[in-house]
Amino acid sequence: MLEKLKTVEMKNVSWFGQLLLFLFRHFVDPRIRDHIEGDLLEQYFHLRSSGKKSRAERRLIVDIFSLLRPSLIRRISFKKSLPHNVNAMMKNNLKIAFRNLKWNTVSSIINIGGLTVGIAVALLIGFWVYDETRFNTFHANYARIGRVLLKGTDSRDGPFISSSLPFPLATELQSGYDSVFKHIVRSSWTQDYILTAGEKKLSRKGNFIDPDGPEMLSLKMLKGSRAGLSDLHSIMLSESSARALFAEADPRGRTVTINNKTAVKVTGVYEDLPLNTEFNYIQFFSPWDLWVRENDWILERAATNWMNHFLRIYCELKPGVSFHTADGTIADAEIKHIKGLENYAEQTARNPKVFIHPMKDWHLSPIDRKAITDPKPMRMLRIVTITGLFVLLLACINFMNLSTARSEKRAKEVGIRKTIGSRRSQLIAQFFAESFIVVILSFMLACLLAVITLPMFNGLTGKNIIVPWSNIYFWFSCTGFIVITGLIAGSYPAFYLSSFRPIKVLKGTFRVGRFAAVPRKMLVVLQFTFSIALIICTLVIYRQLQHAKSRPVGYDREGLIMVDMRSEDFEGKYQLFRSEFFKTGVVAGVSESRGMATEVVSGNSGFGWKGKDPDNMESFGTLPVTHEHGQTIGWQFVGGRDFSAANISDSFGVVINEAAAHFMELKNPVGEIITWKNQDQLYTYTILGVIRDAVMESPYKPVEPTLFFIKALNGGVSCLNIRVKPGIALSKALPAIEEAFKKVVPAVPFEYKFADEEYAMKFAAEEYVANLATFSGLLAVFISCLGLFGLASYIAEQRTKEIGIRKVLGASVFNVWRLLSKEFVMPVFISFLIAAPVAYYFMAGWLQDYQYRTNLSWWIFIAAGSGALTITLLTVSFQSVKAALANPVKSLRTE
Amino acid sequence: MKKFQLGEFEEVVLLVIGILQGEAYGFAIKLEIEKRLSRTVSMGALHTALLRLEEKGYAKSFAGEQTMERAGRPRRYFEITALGKKAWEYTRASREELWKALPGNLWNVGKA
Repeated sequence: MLEKLKTVEMKNVSWFGQLLLFLFRHFVDPRIRDHIEGDLLEQYFHLRSSGKKSRAERRLIVDIFSLLRPSLIRRISFKKSLPHNVNAMMKNNLKIAFRNLKWNTVSSIINIGGLTVGIAVALLIGFWVYDETRFNTFHANYARIGRVLLKGTDSRDGPFISSSLPFPLATELQSGYDSVFKHIVRSSWTQDYILTAGEKKLSRKGNFIDPDGPEMLSLKMLKGSRAGLSDLHSIMLSESSARALFAEADPRGRTVTINNKTAVKVTGVYEDLPLNTEFNYIQFFSPWDLWVRENDWILERAATNWMNHFLRIYCELKPGVSFHTADGTIADAEIKHIKGLENYAEQTARNPKVFIHPMKDWHLSPIDRKAITDPKPMRMLRIVTITGLFVLLLACINFMNLSTARSEKRAKEVGIRKTIGSRRSQLIAQFFAESFIVVILSFMLACLLAVITLPMFNGLTGKNIIVPWSNIYFWFSCTGFIVITGLIAGSYPAFYLSSFRPIKVLKGTFRVGRFAAVPRKMLVVLQFTFSIALIICTLVIYRQLQHAKSRPVGYDREGLIMVDMRSEDFEGKYQLFRSEFFKTGVVAGVSESRGMATEVVSGNSGFGWKGKDPDNMESFGTLPVTHEHGQTIGWQFVGGRDFSAANISDSFGVVINEAAAHFMELKNPVGEIITWKNQDQLYTYTILGVIRDAVMESPYKPVEPTLFFIKALNGGVSCLNIRVKPGIALSKALPAIEEAFKKVVPAVPFEYKFADEEYAMKFAAEEYVANLATFSGLLAVFISCLGLFGLASYIAEQRTKEIGIRKVLGASVFNVWRLLSKEFVMPVFISFLIAAPVAYYFMAGWLQDYQYRTNLSWWIFIAAGSGALTITLLTVSFQSVKAALANPVKSLRTE
Repeated sequence: MKKFQLGEFEEVVLLVIGILQGEAYGFAIKLEIEKRLSRTVSMGALHTALLRLEEKGYAKSFAGEQTMERAGRPRRYFEITALGKKAWEYTRASREELWKALPGNLWNVGKA
């Protein structure tokens, strides 16, 4: 009744007065506040009832402010109003949290272990993604550097992009576009050169560039300055090259000979470019002008010729100029010169436009020759990111599931705590403390794990990643992660459990709802969907890889050594090589060819044959070889014969592959005539033999029609092939071959490649994806099973009594096992139903990229599904069998 | 000799508590002072003084009934203690003493 009176009268106070009274109640000592407030109200209504309404308001205001004085404000009892000691409570929370971890050893290990693995993987993947996106950012002016390219449309081949540019284009860009460019740097292609300093000989990759280059690339100079290329006969070495040539001595001023021909002086040493830059494989720079000087044909034929595409141009824009503006300015740099010129009608028709490909797109959005931006690197980045996030999510789901499952057991604890006088806020704090401790602990362990496995991870990914300890964003995201996971995982027990009415819980009438387990089951389904999808992807990728690897290659790769003949020292030494090599007794065959056996390096058109469709535009791989090549490589003839040195007319013979025969639609190709037209001259060749298709290029694509010549019109051989006798160990054969090699060409270092290794490289990208899929698939399965194991043990424990009673009533071990396992089979089955179509969709898309591909057979899906089910049952059975075997007497006596 | 500490306003309040005889609670004391001395008293000053008197032991208080006119808030009644009475006497005696010591002519000047 009093309550009612109070409210009625309080209502009569003006809103401002009420606000002030609220203020008053909040600040003034609770022990004296009630009767003072009474006085205030009595005065207020006293004045109001005597008609002094505004005076009542004024007095109230004045009095309340007069009361807010130090002597009255919560003076005496400030400490007593908070009945608990904050520090002690925190300490208690931590203590209880650690005790809980200790008592539930299994679930703690699963919780912390799973989360640790998940975070560690996410960290590693995060580092990888960060490294990818930071590609090339070593260069100080990274955002303004670009590569000049030409794009146009060919009437036959459609759109094209050319990164080889004509000499006069560089001249044009250097002269008329000062408003746009800060630097224009011409460069040769990167090639291997032999560098000689005294007795030391090394093969190093290098570029000839304009003197602005080192400045544009902001090379870190260890010795000398960035202006080191201004002298014509100069060379700037990378740190590793300098060390290899001169050891610790200062190389400045020393002489280095390039390809045993050109003597240059070392003017500088720069720090090796880091692995995550485009130019990291370049080991020396020399002046562009030197290259022009060394190659007479440039000034003779190419300097004003817009048809001869052979150089690269890099540029740095002026600050404030956008790539878009620059593209607009330079677009017509070529076409305005060639338009109307004689002989340039065809080139003009292609409408060549000059543009700049910014450095920031080089790595993740490269453009290929068909002017198509390759989506693969970007897609890869995205897939990896998503995979990482999912693995992390799986670990978090485990954590959440286990902590919610565990927490239901703690309903009684909550009841007792509340009865004793725990406030809700204290319980919330306690549950949060527990979840945060687990997250922080796992995070620290994960950091440790990531640091330990980083070298291995670097080896696997071919990167050189270091942990960005000093990066503030790293810490931001880590803290953010800890807070979010801790909050999400802790919120269920913290808010739901702490709301329990103690009397219900303690009486035992409280039941966790029948549907409390539903969110948990949904999370399990999510986990297994991802795991099964990953298993399917892994299987498909491996099958595709196996499919391509087991493709008949058409030549023998074992024991085949290939040497790149890159200096003039090799000229005219073929017969000498042959005799020296055969003398060693370990060599079965020697030959020379254009390019390696694992590549088709040149192609031409302009061929004619009987019955050729004139509209049919052909392009054949054209490879010059020596007579003994087929024998050395191991060609398999399906018709005709190999070249024979005894037969002089074979010089104008040609060996073709099946793809070429098929392309030419010749029924009996052997003996047919092929003509090759070059600069109005017609040459005639006779087909000697047809060989089985050899996979020289991509193992995923159809074999290119290829012609092998003794005398081709497109130059000579470039690769020395040596076949080691079968049965002789390479370790024994190589020193003997090297000795023979040194006898013939002492000036050249013996550097060789193995055909089988080169061939295996073709699978590198796919193996990378396969490794990633396996790795994340295994992890996903592992983490999901860890979670299941924890849930199973929880459920078995919860139903101890039920199982005991069932056994007493005559249930068999099998019955109990089935009862407990059933709960987990269903989610896994649902996961399979979701995962299979999703995986099918993605894998079908992935396989589209390969012309030579495996099919998506149904058994892959069945295998993945039943695999997942088996693993689930094994995981769950450990717990359920244990529960089923337990002595019912014991289990009924628990508690 | 400072035997009894009693400020001027505290003295007034203590006197009024005595005047009101068992009916002395916050608002009543305030009204009484305002009526008799025609000076405005702020709630803050009054309650601080009451608190001080209680702390010094000159007055004691007890909770009273809750009434409708106070929106259910209780009254707190104050009454004077024996010590309070002593302080009263002491203050009064020391004042008298001082009055007596005052020279007569000055008194007359003041009167005129």
